[in-house]
Formats: sequence, structure tokens, C-alpha cells
Amino acid sequence: MTEPVLLVLVVATALTFDFTNGFHDTGNAMATSIATRALKPKQAVLLSASLNLVGAFLSLAVAATIAKGIVNAGVVTLDVVLGGLVGAIVWNLLTWVLGIPSSSSHALVGGVVGAVLAAVGSDGVQWDGLVAKVLLPALLAPLVAILVGAIATGLVVRATKDVPQDTNDRMFRWGQIGSASLVSLAHGTNDAQKSMGIILLALIAADAVPQDSSVPFWVVLSCALAIGLGTYTGGWRVIRTLGKGLVELEPRQGMAAETSSAAVILASSHFGYSLSTTHVATGSILGSGVGMRGASVRWHIASRMFFAWSVTVPAAAAVGAACYYLDQTIGSYAVLGLLAVVSVGIFAWSRRKPVNHKNVNDDWDAGTESLIAESYIDHDPSLLVMSKKRRKMEKKRRKRLAKLVKQAKLEDQARLAEQNAQREADHVGLH
Amino acid sequence: MSDFINWGALTSVVVVGLVAGAGLPALYALGVRALAGPGSRNGVGRLSPVRVTAAVAFLAIVLSAIVFAIMLIIDSRA
Repeated sequence: MTEPVLLVLVVATALTFDFTNGFHDTGNAMATSIATRALKPKQAVLLSASLNLVGAFLSLAVAATIAKGIVNAGVVTLDVVLGGLVGAIVWNLLTWVLGIPSSSSHALVGGVVGAVLAAVGSDGVQWDGLVAKVLLPALLAPLVAILVGAIATGLVVRATKDVPQDTNDRMFRWGQIGSASLVSLAHGTNDAQKSMGIILLALIAADAVPQDSSVPFWVVLSCALAIGLGTYTGGWRVIRTLGKGLVELEPRQGMAAETSSAAVILASSHFGYSLSTTHVATGSILGSGVGMRGASVRWHIASRMFFAWSVTVPAAAAVGAACYYLDQTIGSYAVLGLLAVVSVGIFAWSRRKPVNHKNVNDDWDAGTESLIAESYIDHDPSLLVMSKKRRKMEKKRRKRLAKLVKQAKLEDQARLAEQNAQREADHVGLH
Repeated sequence: MSDFINWGALTSVVVVGLVAGAGLPALYALGVRALAGPGSRNGVGRLSPVRVTAAVAFLAIVLSAIVFAIMLIIDSRA
């Protein structure tokens, strides 16, 4: 394959990755604000998208490195990058459809590691770096965040326990919007930078720009737009899990959780101990459930996430390796073809049970009654319009009920008839 | 193990995370409490100046922390 074509493919794939990165991570910043109704779902994603966009423009000094200290820089060719990107995108899409928040940067590292393994074998990977920079932080990040989130929530709840609930809700919704905005801004700066780095790397490798080039403006612009657009699209499934699935949040918890996320994320990038935004945000939300008396945490959902995080690197690596192999045996087009088929398949899967800005806040264990109650509270009659699926379920439920009633009636009749017969028999016996 | 975990950096992250991540929400909560907690309004429903001053002071600290955070984000490009 000629280099220019491969270059274009890599750039397009990097932008696609940037898009999935934005859309997978909307929930990190905005899930709590949406769940506590500090912002309407559409407002929340618009705010987060704008801040991601702005944040992307702040990240100017981008280094042309990928997975530095984790794989040997010399073995990272364009084909490796392509395989790594596709591995990361596939993992992002798969976790999205399952509603699991998962780290995009870990997926990218996993994909690249897999492609490197396929290209040059285990010598190309710096295993120490992989353990120290990726695997252990994945374990530590949620623990740190749970600790901070729990203490933050505990302090807040203690300080405001005799303040009227509606005042608390109003005030803390504002605090929540502020802290969520910080998380969005930091996300735009950190994560758009990764895609810019990849594109710069590809441009240098293809001799399209000199070795020591800074990032061309069109790269900054397109990465900013891709991550902003992705964020605006909103990974509603992930938002739903984070906002409603783990803990039933109220604004005080949401504000404490989001501030704890912002603090831990900024501290970690400042001290050069990079923790995944996703892991931190999830941990903080869990912490806000731990720190508040009477709040319950759905640990079985959390443990599903922990499992997903522990397999992120190997799973993305498997796809990355497969893509590299495909790239070498058939060609880069085959890799893109695979990506397209998988994406369409996952999208079709997601349509079977869509989650969007309308139902993102439905009760986690939703029944019809709660839906009606919720629409009544919100005065949003559109919530009352049943989806096809719900209508079908409702029909089934009615049928089942009708059947039960019929059965009960039949039993009643039978009992009556029996009683009558008995009475008649007694009557006869008396005579 | 000590080779795999950069304890110094991790400790800094935990300490700063606790001070900022738990301290700022707590200050904000104290501000809210000063404005709307029990006894915040006297017989005619007025806030005492002491409480208003306290609330403004707490919120000012929180706001300056936000400004500092934005500066950190912008500075992280270097």
C-alpha cells in the first residue's frame, strides 16, 4: 500500500477514535449533573462538548509519541498505529453498547501493544512500563477516587444536614455544574492531545511534515471538532450507568463526586502519575454512595465495570493484533472494512434497546408506574408516549393479567359450583 | 513492588485530592449552611452580616480554586 493512502487512513481512523473518545467519556463529566437534573440532558452534553472543544485548543505542545515507555518507540509504524487505533475503537464501541464506562486511553495502549506484539513479538513491549503505567494505576485510580469521593460526600452531608433539602438541591446543582465543567475542560485538553499526537506521528512518519514540526492547525481543529462532536452525541448508555446505575444520586453527592474527580484528575496529571479520567470519575461516584448514610451502591454493577477494566488492555490488544495481521496479509483496506462491519453491527445492536436523552434518567429498575409518575413530575407528556418495545411489553403484561383474571374467575366458578353441589347434597341428606 | 508504583507521586495525588477534592465541597457546604442553615435568619427574616461574610469568604475560596484549576489545565500544555 502506498504511504499517502495509508496516511489518510490513519488520520481518518485517529479522528474516529477521537470521536469515540469524546462520546464514551461524556458521562465522566456530565452523568451526575444529568441524573440530579442540575442540567437537562441536551444542555449537559452541549456544555460538555463546548468545553471539550475549548480544552482541545488549549493543548498546544503535543509530543509525537504514542504509548511512550510502554512499547519501544522504534517499532511503532503506521500499520501498528492503525491496528492499535482499530483495537481501541472496537473496544470503545463494545463497552458503550454494554453501557460500561471504560478508559479510552487504556484501550489505545492495549490496541498498540497488541499490534506491536503481532509485529515484532514480546521484545517490542516494555512490560515493566505496561504494569507501572497502565495496569496498576487502573487498580489504584478507583480506590483513590472512592476514598476522596466518600470523604467529600461525608463532609458535605454532615455540614448541610439541617439545611432544607430544596435549598441544598438548588445550591449544589450550581456547584455540580461548575465542577463538571472543569472535568470536561480537562478531558478536552488531555484526550484530544492523544489523537493530535497520533496524527502528528503519522504525518512525520510519512514525511508530510518535518521531524520537529509542531502540530499543524488543521490537526488541532479537526481533533477539537471530532472530540466535541463525539461528546455532543453523548454516550447515553454510559451516562445512564454512571448517573443512575451505580448510586441514586442527589445534588450534594453529585457535587462532591464531581469535585473529587476534578481534583484527583488534575492532581494526577500535574504530578505526572496519570490516572484514567474514567476510572476516577466512576470511583468518585461510588465514593459518593459510600460516604452518604442511607445511600446504597449497586456493587454488582460496579464489579462488572472493574472486570471490564481488567480486560481492557488484553481485549483491545487481541483486536489490535488481529488487525495488524489482517493489515499485513490482506491490506489496510481489510482493517477498515472490519472496523466498518463491526461498527455497523454494534450500532444495529444498540438500536434494539436505544438509550437517548429522553430515557437516560428513567428509574434503573423501571416499571410503568414509575415512568408515569416521573412524567407527571416533569410535566413532560412526551415521556408518556410509549416506545414500540414498551407498548409490546405492556400488551404482553395485560394479556398475562387477563389470563390470570380469567383463571381466577374459573377457579371461583368451580368453587361456587362445588359449594352449590355440597349444599344440595346436604339438602338432600337432610330430607 | 516499590519499582512499579511511584509512591511519591501517588501520595501527592492522594493528599492534594483529599485537600481539594474533599476540602472544597466541604467549604462550599459550609457556605450553604451559613446562608440557609438553622438560625441563619432572625425574627424578621434577615440574614446576619456575619453569616453573609462567612458565606462570601467560603465561596471566594472555592471560586479562586476553580480559577487556579483552569490555570493548571492551561499550563499543562507545557
